[in-house]
Formats: sequence, structure tokens, C-alpha cells
Amino acid sequence: MRNGSQDFVRRLPDSALHFSRVQSLWRRIHIDPLLLMLLMLLTAYGLIVLYSASGQSESILRRQVVFYAVAYIAMLITAQIDLQVIRRWAVWLYLGGIGLLLLVFFVGVGAKGAQRWISLGFMRFQPSEVMKIAVPVMTAAFFASRSLPPKFAHIVICLLIIALPGVLIFKQPDLGTAILISASGIIVLFLAGLPWRYIFGSVFLLGASIWPMWHWLMKDYQKQRVLTLLDPEADKLGAGWNIIQSKTAIGSGGVYGKGLFNGTQSQLDFLPESHTDFIIAVMAEEFGLMGVLLLLSLYLLVITRGLFIAWSSQNMFGRLLAGSITLTFFVYVFVNIGMVAGMLPVVGVPLPLVSLGGTSIVTLMTGFGLLMAIATEKKRVR
Amino acid sequence: MIWAEKELHQFKDHHGEARVFAFRMVLSLFLVFLLFGLLLARYYTLQVVDHQHYATRSDSNRIHVRPIPPNRGLIFDTHGELLADNRPTFSLSIIKEHTKDLKQTIRVLAGIVEVREGDIANFYKLLKRRRRPYEAVPLRYRLTEEEISRIAVNEFRLKGVEIEAQLTRAYPLGDLFAHTVGYVGRISERELSRFDEQNYRKYSGTHSIGKIGLEKYYEKTLLGQVGTENIETNAHGRVLRVLDTIDPVPGKNLELFLDAGLQKIAAVELNGRRGALAAIDVKNGGVLAMFSAPAYDPNLFVTGISYKDYNALNQSRDLPLFDRAIQGQYPPGSTIKPVLGLGALKYGVVNFGTTIRDPGYYQLENDERLYRDWKKGGHGNKIDLRQAIVESCDTFFYGMAFNMGVDRMHIFGSQFGLGAKTEIDLPSERPGLWPSREWKKNTRGMHWFPGDSLNVSIGQGDVLATPLQLAVMTSTLASRGKHIKPRLVKKIGDTETKMEIIDQVIVDDLQWDYVMSAMEGVVHSFRGTANKISRGAKYRMGGKTGTAQKVGIAQDEEYDSEKIDERNWDHALYIGYAPADNPQIAAAIIVENGEHGSSAAAPIARKLFDAYFSQQLAREMLAEEEKLAARRTVDQ
Repeated sequence: MRNGSQDFVRRLPDSALHFSRVQSLWRRIHIDPLLLMLLMLLTAYGLIVLYSASGQSESILRRQVVFYAVAYIAMLITAQIDLQVIRRWAVWLYLGGIGLLLLVFFVGVGAKGAQRWISLGFMRFQPSEVMKIAVPVMTAAFFASRSLPPKFAHIVICLLIIALPGVLIFKQPDLGTAILISASGIIVLFLAGLPWRYIFGSVFLLGASIWPMWHWLMKDYQKQRVLTLLDPEADKLGAGWNIIQSKTAIGSGGVYGKGLFNGTQSQLDFLPESHTDFIIAVMAEEFGLMGVLLLLSLYLLVITRGLFIAWSSQNMFGRLLAGSITLTFFVYVFVNIGMVAGMLPVVGVPLPLVSLGGTSIVTLMTGFGLLMAIATEKKRVR
Repeated sequence: MIWAEKELHQFKDHHGEARVFAFRMVLSLFLVFLLFGLLLARYYTLQVVDHQHYATRSDSNRIHVRPIPPNRGLIFDTHGELLADNRPTFSLSIIKEHTKDLKQTIRVLAGIVEVREGDIANFYKLLKRRRRPYEAVPLRYRLTEEEISRIAVNEFRLKGVEIEAQLTRAYPLGDLFAHTVGYVGRISERELSRFDEQNYRKYSGTHSIGKIGLEKYYEKTLLGQVGTENIETNAHGRVLRVLDTIDPVPGKNLELFLDAGLQKIAAVELNGRRGALAAIDVKNGGVLAMFSAPAYDPNLFVTGISYKDYNALNQSRDLPLFDRAIQGQYPPGSTIKPVLGLGALKYGVVNFGTTIRDPGYYQLENDERLYRDWKKGGHGNKIDLRQAIVESCDTFFYGMAFNMGVDRMHIFGSQFGLGAKTEIDLPSERPGLWPSREWKKNTRGMHWFPGDSLNVSIGQGDVLATPLQLAVMTSTLASRGKHIKPRLVKKIGDTETKMEIIDQVIVDDLQWDYVMSAMEGVVHSFRGTANKISRGAKYRMGGKTGTAQKVGIAQDEEYDSEKIDERNWDHALYIGYAPADNPQIAAAIIVENGEHGSSAAAPIARKLFDAYFSQQLAREMLAEEEKLAARRTVDQ
């Protein structure tokens, strides 16, 4: 039936020339060796930092290793799925995710005034994690079957697809996740060729809406975070504490750091959330600017590889999805590293692949599984 | 056809799509590099450019931010006598990070000073709640001198243990102001769970919070603002130097209208009884005295009351924790008669010449029931309103109420504050009850019967009022209709609180004269129910006695105190003001199970007024003396 699908087949010189047997083996088991290697380097680096940040707690390390094991398995499984199957099931994945989000409102459990989890008895599960995958998949699938650049009506539909989970998660309330999930959808829109006039128009509108948002929409604790960012010294005992301590940790690390397990800020409990959101401060204190440089390089390589996969994909679905997954990963990295250094407001975003975290690591690796599926998709030979 | 077109369209655009995508991709990559560069620049700034600054911060001499708790505002009575003070006490705290073994340290401590199980449990609770490392967590409060020296001797064994001097709330006059000033106590789990980020900040360093009374009502004013200091400490937690300080702002002081002298009179007079007293300055609504008996010592609560003490207070039959003055709702009995009489005059239900014959009971048409007067056989013939007030003739009021009707009684009485909270500056006041047609329909689902009006007219039935409400009512009568909101606080810091007039009752002047003269008659005429208290008085006063039934008496039965348990005896009430020609002070008194307003409650009012005027006189004389003395020095 799809004989009309004349997907443009990009004939890359290198992939054509070095079509060795090894490469075809990797391709057969749907693994991108370069990406896998980079991820494993990041994992190893992350585990070392986590071990130090947790006060050399073996139980936390063990937990994280288990999470990683599950996450890598999830990645390998995801990589085996045929991309076209994912594309066809995108709508159901998306609707299922929305259903789960609605469920949170009724049977969700929460802490600190937020209702984000569904309890499965033996574990707690955060439905917004599903949306981290579902939103890029859904939006990519939506544009893949339409002519590009997107028409106005399609843009509106796409924005609705993004806004629905965005609003539901925002209401939990979990502003950080809501923004990141919306970002993953908007990236798809951008890559699909959203006309520049819309881009500039919305940037202008956003700028103009800052004042009303501040007054009507934002909650006190959110305002507090922004104010703390602007002047952390003003509230040394309360919200400013985290930022002051993390900046002190980073700054005192210097170029070469204080050495593993020697970070006084983190080892003496000055630094809050040291093994979750603020873990990069531990790394910066103990390994110095060199450690940060190494981490940033690894991230940059992962992102470059991801963008290359997107670029070399043969169909629009693969391109958009890979682009979105990679760039969203970048947004996570940027927001976390920026917030710990006091450049951005403190929103609860973990440092990908380094912070302690169960479901979030699994979700991330599932995303990389999709990347690998795209990278190793069979060329359609007619 | 359409399908084919679409496919064609799609096919045609492939190159364009790929080109756009590739361009956006390159753009994204560029952006990624740019933003990573920005991150790197930021970390470079922190770690290389400003490295020295942050390195000193985190060096072995660590800098801590320490909250400096503000001094809580003091509370004074109207003459400047201190009612709530902050006194230095010593408490024992532990900095967990500085101990080698927390459990061992506590064990050692328990061998040196008294540490109870409850203290330890509390300590661990606070430790869990702690938000910053190196924060000292209190284990014991109010150390004795001996305990302090014993800790000092054992200091080498007690790393991480600190003795902190802090100001603790004290109430020098003890139970005299227990219900009005109230007390502070340790911040409880529940209060803490309701704190938001801002409150956490405000109370860092402060361990207590106003629990009841003025301490609670004026919590925000009394608390002040927390200060901070950056301190440099060495590895053992010793403070090496203070780097910079933001001073705390002390809470504002409160000056009350309450007068400790009058309060003492109330406490002495109500000693051993259950009851309450409220006295108001007629000119401005300031509460001069307010006391509920029995009271308790608020100092017990400040650093945590023991279970034993608390149970003793909480389970006492006399309910010492209950503030009868604003929470006790009693039937006001005959004390509301002057108000109703005045209303009847205003609405023309009766006039100065209206008289009745009193056989000792009143009967409604077509009703068997006898509404009895308190006086068997009645008050006689030709009873007018004046005499009905002076002798407290129920029969007159029954007939008057029947003619006046509930609606007018309700409207008029409400203007004197009956049935509504007085809005005094205290928490948990109760509103009493001033029945109306709607009220009965809404709560009982029944119509209003004329018999109900009769009960209301003698302050029985469903009518309920707090002693403070009665004092406000009396003050409104004494000031010829100026219904002022009562308040305890005269000054917050240096700012005087404002008088608030809630209502102005408008009645003809002659009618005011008439009712007030009748109230004067209650005290000063031969037949007045409170005439005993006029003996030897150097001023004239107005008043009204009341007796409120606690148990219902059957139709053909008579009240006999010997047959009834003491706790079911009638309540004695009295309202009064003085001086009669230019009222300054108005008071309401209730003595539970005191039986007769005239003998149990009215004499307390006399003593209160005597004290008030003699104090005033003494002050005036003193002022005069000072003036003379000043003149003499000038002359010399």
C-alpha cells in the first residue's frame, strides 16, 4: 500500500564506504556502538560521583546500579522495536499517558503538596515519565505524515497535543517537568520547520506576558525561586541556602578540585540534595573545572552523536524523534547545570544519568533506545 | 483522487523538508555549543576567577549563617506594670556534627543533669526537622546554676554540647492575667506543619509561639523580625569572629487598658468560686479588668507543661483553662431588664405612667401555665417600670414583653451587642445567643410562641450572654447608647489603638434619664435589690441584679437550694456602672452557683468601683503633689 512513500534516501558516503561486517552486526542487534560507549562512560563517571556525594553509601550505590541495569535493559529492548510500529502506536501511547495523568488526580499520592505518583503497592510510579517519551513520539508521528513546513492548523493541533499533558502536569503541580515536556514537543515543532514569523512572534509574546504571569499565574514558592536566583544573599536561611552552598562548593573546587571524597562542602552536609539535583556541585568541588569539562564533553559528544543520528535518518519521523530526544536531553543537562551554578531558577530537574533516580533514568535510557532504533533502522530497499 | 494528490504533494516536498530540517539541525547544534560555552564560562568564573572568594568560604574556618531571634515584645498594664517579660534562662543544645557519638553523648549528659525520656524524644523530633547542618538542637531548657557548673566540669567529655543563654517568656503576676494575656509555648508539630517557607524563616531561632490570649492574637506584632549573623567557626564549632550582622527587630510592646490593681480585686473576690468579671471604661471601650476564676499559672506552659500538671488542669471540674469571661455563655437573667425596659419606652409599649397589678404570676390568654414572679405573692399594686426595675418585678416584664413582641425585642437588644461577638482583641470568643423568630425557625423548626418572649424578657429561656457581652451592654447603657467595641490593647509600640463605635442607640433623653434613674434606684433606694452595696459609698452608681436558673423548676415546685446539688444552684449576676451622673466604669459579674446577684455578685462590683476611684484619686493627688513640688523648686 505504501508504495507511494518515496522517502528520500540519503546516501551517505561514509556509511556506504565502510559497510564492514562488524558494523552490520551492530546494526543487526540494533545498537549504536559509539552512543553506547559514551553512555557507559557517563554512567561510570556518574556512579563515582554519586558514591562520593552520598557519603560513600554502598546501599545508595547499589540502588543506582540496579536502576541502571533496568534502564540499560529497557534501552536494549526499545532499540529492537520497529520504528514504524512505534509510529503507528504513537496515538495510543499518548492517550494512555494522558489517561494515567488523569488517574493521578483521583488516586494519586503525593508529598509536599504535590500529587505526582500512582502507587502500585510495591513501588511508586510517576505518569509524567511516560509523557517524556509519549509527547515527542506523538508530535513526531503527527508531522511525519503531513507535508512540511507545517500549516497553521497543524501547528495549532500540535500545540494542543503538547498543552494537554503540559497543563495536567503543571496542575500537579510540577512546573519543572511541565516545562521540559512541553519543550520536547516544541523542539519537534521547531525541527519540522515552524515558520520563523511564528517563532519570533511567540518569543515577543512571551516577553510581553512575563508581567501578567508573575502577577496572576505563579505561586508564591515559584516567585520565591526566581527572587532567590536574582539575589540569593537576601534569604540566607531559607531558599537562598541551597544556591549559596552549591556556588561555594563549585567555586572552592578550583581548577583541579579537592580530590575524590575530599569535598568539604558536600562531605560535611553543607550542600543539600547533594546526591540528587545538586550532584554536579559535588563533582565540581571534588574534580574541579577539569571534572566539569570532562562531563560537559561527554554530554556534548552524546548530543552530537544524537543529532548525527537524527540527521542521517531516512524518514521524517525518525529525524524529528531523534532530534527531539537529543535536544530535550540537552535541555535537561543545561537546566540542571545552569540552576546549580545559579544561572537559572531552581526547578526540580535531576542531572541526567548522574543524579540518583529510578524512573527518570529508565525513561532517559528508553529514549536512547529509540535513538538506537532510529540509527539502525533498515534502509528501505526497493 | 484526493489521496493521489496528497501523495504527489508530499513527494514534491521531500527535498525542501529535508533541507529545512538540516538547516534547523545545524542551527540547533550551533545553539547547543553556544549554551555549553555559556555554562563553561559560568563555571570558569566560579572556579577560576572567583575561586579565592569561595575557597575562603569553604575553608577550614567555615562560615555559618546563624539566626538571631528577635526579642518578643513586652506587655504592660495600664500603669506600666510588667505582665509579660523576657527573662534569661539557660538551655542545653547539641550540635550533632560536633559529637563523636550522639547517643553516647546524650547518655553521658543524662548522668550529669536531669534528662527525661520526653526531652530525648523531643530532641530527636527537632533534629529530624532541622533544616541546616551545624544547627544546635535544644535538649533541655531552664538549667539550674548547679547543672550549668556540672556541665562545665565535664566539658571535655561533651563535645558538641552547648549551653545557650536565651530569653524565655515569664509572667510575673502568674494567674492574674492567665486568660487575657495568655501564654506562649513551644512551637508544636501541628503549628509547624502549617508553616510556609516564610514562617520557617521568621521562626528560625525562635522556639516559642503565642498559644492563647493576647500572646496569640498579637503574635505577629509581638514576634519581631529575625536577624542573621555570618560567623566564622573552627572545626570544633567555636565562633572565631562575627563577619556581618543584620540585627533583629524586636517585637512591639503592648500596653493594655487592664489594671493589675483591679485584676487583683477580681481575683481575691472570686477566689474559691467559679465566675468571671469584666469591667469596661465607658468613655473608650478599654477593658479595665477581666478575670475568669479559677485561673491557672501560665508560666507552666512556656517551656512545655508536664503531663501531670496538664492533666490536673484539664480534668479539673472547675475548668480553669476555660475563659469564662468571653467563652462562658450564661443566661443573663434580670440583668437585661433595663435594656428591654428602655426599648419598651422607645417603642411606646409602656410609658412613665403605665402600671400593673402583680399577683405574683402572669398568665397568657388561653394558657393554663402560670409565669411566676420570683417573689411569692407578688410586688403589689401599681407597679410601674421604675419599680419593676428597682425590685426586679418579673410580672411587669412578662406583660411588657407580650405587648412588645419578639421582633422589637430582638432588634433593640442587638444594638447593645447581645447575640454577637464583641470582637474584642482575643481569640476564640463566643457569641452568646439573642433569640429571634428566624433563629427559632432555623434551629428548632418551630414557630415563636408568646411564652418564648416572656422567657426572654427575664433573660431566661434560650438567651445566653458572656460576661464581657454584659459589660459591653452595661457600658452602652451607661454612655447613653454609645456601643463601643471593647479592646484590651491601648498602645501597640507608641501607636494608640483606635476606638471603634459599632452602633449608636437612639432613644429619647427623658427615657434614658428614667431608666438610668431606675438603675440608680436598684442600688440606692430602700427597696432596691442591690441596696446593701450602697452603704458607705462616697459616690452614686447604677446597677441591676440578676439570678439565672441553672436547672428547670417544675410548674408547681419551688426553688430550694437545700434540695439541689451546689453545682446546680442558680448563677448570681450583677451589672453596674459608676458614678451614676457621669459614668466612667461599667462592669458585669457572674458568680456561678452564687444563688443571688444581690449578695454574691453586687458586692464585688462595689469593691471594684471603690478601688478604681480611690486609685484614680490617689493618682490625682500624686500629680497635684508633683505639680506643687515642681512649683516650689521653681520658686527657689
